[in-house]
Formats: sequence, structure tokens, C-alpha cells
Amino acid sequence: MAGLTIRNVFKTYPNGVEVLKGINLEIEDGQFLILVGSSGCGKSTLLNMIAGLETITQGEILIHDRVVNNLPPKSRDIAMVFQSYALYPSMTVRDNISFGLQIRKVPPAEQKKIVDKVAELLQISHLLDRKPRQLSGGQRQRVAMGRALARDPALFLFDEPLSNLDAQLRIEMRAEIKLMHKRLGKTICYVTHDQIEAMTLGDRIAVMKDGVVQQFAPPQQIYDSPSNIYVAGFIGAPAMNFINGKLVESGAMTGIEIDTGLGRSVLNLSFEATQLRAYIDQEVVLGLRPERITDQRSASPDAENSVQKVMMQVDVIEPTGPDTMVFSVLNGKRFISRVHPACNPRPSEPLPLLFDVSKAVLFDPKSGARIDAPVAFRENGAQARGDDGGARNMAAGVR
Amino acid sequence: MRPSVSFHRVMIYAMLIGFAIFVLFPIYIVVVTSFKDLDELRRGNMLAPPEFWTIAAWLKAWGTACTGVRCDGLQPYFVNSVRMVIPAVLISSIVGSINGYVLSHWRFRGADALFTMLLVGFFIPYQAILLPAAQFLGYFELANTIPGLILIHVVYGIAFTTLLFRNYYVSIPAELLKAARIDGAGFFTIYRRIILPLSLPIFMVGIIWQFTQIWNDFLFGVVFSGPDARPVTVALNNLVNTSEGVKEYNVDMAAALITALPTLLVYIIGGRYFVRGLTAGAVKG
Repeated sequence: MAGLTIRNVFKTYPNGVEVLKGINLEIEDGQFLILVGSSGCGKSTLLNMIAGLETITQGEILIHDRVVNNLPPKSRDIAMVFQSYALYPSMTVRDNISFGLQIRKVPPAEQKKIVDKVAELLQISHLLDRKPRQLSGGQRQRVAMGRALARDPALFLFDEPLSNLDAQLRIEMRAEIKLMHKRLGKTICYVTHDQIEAMTLGDRIAVMKDGVVQQFAPPQQIYDSPSNIYVAGFIGAPAMNFINGKLVESGAMTGIEIDTGLGRSVLNLSFEATQLRAYIDQEVVLGLRPERITDQRSASPDAENSVQKVMMQVDVIEPTGPDTMVFSVLNGKRFISRVHPACNPRPSEPLPLLFDVSKAVLFDPKSGARIDAPVAFRENGAQARGDDGGARNMAAGVR
Repeated sequence: MRPSVSFHRVMIYAMLIGFAIFVLFPIYIVVVTSFKDLDELRRGNMLAPPEFWTIAAWLKAWGTACTGVRCDGLQPYFVNSVRMVIPAVLISSIVGSINGYVLSHWRFRGADALFTMLLVGFFIPYQAILLPAAQFLGYFELANTIPGLILIHVVYGIAFTTLLFRNYYVSIPAELLKAARIDGAGFFTIYRRIILPLSLPIFMVGIIWQFTQIWNDFLFGVVFSGPDARPVTVALNNLVNTSEGVKEYNVDMAAALITALPTLLVYIIGGRYFVRGLTAGAVKG
């Protein structure tokens, strides 16, 4: 059974603004769906439409294979956790959690049982008689989750619940949410702008931009095989390096012209020339993640055959503890690489770096779409759309 | 620097004391005069406190003074005022509260236009609507009655109370209502269990303001009330203008104080809630 299906959904406001332009997503019951993107991409609007707090201009939304378009929020069998917790200020924690149960006329004895069980699960039993203003941020968050749990719904909705918490608390609560999901096995739809939350929590991630799903895939696939520049730059921290350069032929393979400031050369890529015939001698964008450019010591074992040594000029270093991030310039743009601290890079000194291009990706500089591999893929019936708006229906999914 | 600072300070205090005297002086005269007997009044020293403090003037103002044809003092009209003000204040506050709740959280087509129209009602001078209002009351057979007066005050109070409550309720986060809707609460459940418990400060403001406005009103009272429904403000005017030869200033002063006492008391008791309510937000944090 599908936990949540979003079929061809559009949303246009009365003033004419089109916020969602054809969303197609589906997840199995019990899966964790993440809607991620920067402000204004439409993810919160979509969540509100799933909840029934906003109308659907066109399309259908199904929860457990039941069309919910015309059902009010209370009949959709959902529960929601908000960014600002939205606890009722004049009621105690106990009343906050049982408010929904009271409205549904659940017998008082049953209410008490549910509240106690939920409070124990979230370790807030000692707070039940307090008012929200007497609680800390983390405690309020737990109460908000308790209120959702007490409903025992078919679908949980989270609207950026961790954004108001400090960094430490955020990591703690993230782990708790993941644990809760594992224990309860319910379908969850989670909205966030934080890509780390997306990667760590989700079974499937939908990256959104300007009302369109850029890519819909499991986390590792989004990380390794982004469908366009936006997804590649959004997921992963520090962000992927984007190198603008001319694609040239290098034997039967291709390469990209690079200028390190210390000299010019060609970086050989692992894409065949025949594959990229249309782009030879054109400007392309090469995407290479910082951890793929490193020193001898840290070079990853699976990179044996695709490593090339390049001398780079170090501009700035950022020691983070386990690694040191090295900032340089390549083809006139800022370039980040990750080396072992023992390598001891120093600013304004040259440093030999190993480029592992096995996981490199190529993008079209104008459209931002991926050009080195088949892009779109079917994922449980969902179809991802690239930035150029065209659906590239290729048979095989990229793995 | 020191001499200059204290010079400024002396000036400020002098000014403040001057204004205070200016404002309090008439009140002093009123209070002092009301406790004198006629002999002392005739002797003429207005500023001096009474030689003999007597409440005879107060008793006469309350029970036996003549207000036009009847001579039973202010008491029946005081009762009229009470019977008029309490329902008017309560109804206009509650209706204003529900209006404010709707306008702040339940968007509907024409909401902004409706709000603008209400605001315009707030600025219309009362004199301009006297005639149409009188016709309206006559048509519903409410002319010259207390219920008619209550209706007028409620209608004209709603403009203010709606604005007051709406501005207060917009500070309640929309997410709170979203959570309540998902929990299954409807329009009135949300009002009763979430909005009302948060409304105490602004109800205090609304009630105090409305009480003062309606109790102190003279215009509607004199136009829309008949001889039996007259509020105390109109009766006071009649009492002062009715003379039986000798002008009994002490009775007039006592009558004025009786009329003003309720609003004075309301401010003394509720004044701090008034200020608190105006500066409070609905939800902390």
C-alpha cells in the first residue's frame, strides 16, 4: 500500500502566483519522505495541502490510497508537528496532548492511558502539569511530538520542527525522530531546508526548487548522482566544486582544460568521447566533491585508476579537526579540497593534490542539467523533472 | 554643571505642579462645595474647606432633588444607567471579540472591505446619524426605551471593539489555529478553548473603555431616551438646570460627583489592567 501519493498536483493562488507546478511523488507505507529546498520552493505549501490547510488547485493527494482532496484536516488521519511547536498556551501539557482526543470524544480513562504512554515514550511524564511557557525549547518540541503521537495517525507531517533548536539539541532530536520512526514504522512526510537533516533522516528525498521537483531518490543516489547543478550544489557540505572549463578530446576519452594559477593542463575524465560528442570543444561545468580531491595519504582505495596529481596553490586553510579543508582557485573560481591534517598545508604555498574523477559529474552550463549520464529515472512511479522542464525518460535508473 | 541641572529640574517640577493644580483645582472646588451647607455657601468663601462637613447635599441629590417634573433625585436615573451600561458593555465586547477573531484569522472574500467599512463607522460623528437612528428605533418600537439605548450603544461600540480585538488577535500565531484544526476543532471550539483564555487583558481594556464611553455619554442619552429611560448624565443636566429660587450649588456638586463616581472607581480599580492590556501581546514566546 502506498503511504502517501501526490499525483500531478498544482497550486495557484487567487492573485495568479503559481507555487506548485506539477508535483508527482509516491512513497510506500512506513517510509520517511523528505521535502527539501531553499525558501520559497513550495515545500511548506505542499505540506499544508497534504494536511488540508490549503486547497488543491489541480491534482490529487492520497493517504493510504484514499483520495483526501475534499476532506477537512481532522478527517485525513494525520498529525502535524510545527516549527514553532504551536502548543496551546493556556492549557497544561496534559491537556495539550489530549486536546485532539477530547474533541474526538475518546473516553477519559482511555485519554489518560494514551497521554501517560506517550509521555513515557518521550520522557516528559514529569512535565504533564506544567504550562508551555514553563518549558524549554527542547521540552516544548517533545510535547508537540507527543501531541502528534497521541493521535496515532496514518501519516505524520513535520514542518521544519528542528529549526528553532540550537545545534546540539538539533542533533539529539534528529536521532530521536529517527528512532521513533524505526520503532513506530509510520509514514512520515518531513519538510526541511537543512540538507543534513534530509540526508540523515530520509528514505526518499524530493529536492524542490520553484515549485518543481528537481530530483526524487534515496539519499545516497542524490548525493552520488545528482540530476542537475541545483541538486548537486544543495546536497553535501562543504558544497560540490563546480569548475567551468572547455571539454576536449583526450585520446578516446575526454578531459577538461584547467588553470591552477601555477599552470595550465588537461584533467582527464572517465567519460568516453563518443558519449559526449555534442559537447567537445564546448564550455561545460565539472562537478567534483571536495572529498574527491585529497592528498596521497587519504586517497580512497576505489580510486586507483582514475587519480591524477595536480599542483595547486593554497589560499586559505580551514582545520576542522578530523580534516583540513583547503581553499584554492581553479579556472578562476574558488575550489575546496579535503586533506589529512598531517599533510600540513600552508597558505600561499603549492600543494600536490590527487584528483579522483571516478565520481565526477558533468553539467550543461546553460540549463544546469546533467550531461554525462542518463538523468531521469522512475522511482516508485514518480518522475523527476530537470531544470529545463523536459522529462528525460531514459529507461535505466542510475545507480 | 550642577547649578544648570537643578535649574532645569526646578523648571520641570514647577511646570508639573502648575499643571496639576490647574487640573485638580476644579475637582477640589466640587468636592469641597458638596460637603458644605447652604449657609456656608452664602457666606461666599469658595476656596475654604467646610467648617461643618455635612452630607445633606448628597442625600438631597440622591433622593429628593428635582429633575424637571419629578423630584426623586438621581437615584432612579442612576439605576437606568446601570441597567443600560452593563448589557451594552458586555454585548459590544463579546461581539467585538468574535468579529476580531474572524477578521484576524479566517480570511474570506470581502474581509478587508468589511473591515474598512467598520473603521469608517468609527469615524462618523454621532450627530450625523441621530435622525436615521431615531427613525430606526421608532420602526422597531424601541424609541425612548432602555433596550433602544442599549442597541444604539452596542452598534456604535462594535466599531471600536472590533478594531481593538482584531489588533490583539493578529498577534496570536496562525500555526496555533492550524494545530487546532488538525486536532479537529471547529470555529467555535477554537474560540472558546484557545482564543478566549488568551483574551483577558484585552477584555479588560475593552470593558473599561466601553464602560467609560457609554456611562459618560450625553448625546444618545438625551436624544433616544424618554422620561422613564433617562440615564444619569441627562438627569444631572436637568437637575442643575432646575432651580426653585435658590441655586443650591452644594446639591449640584454632589450630583455631579455621584454621576462621575462609577467611572472613577472603574479607573481606580482597573486602571493598571487597562495599561497592561494595551501593552500585552497575546502569546509569549
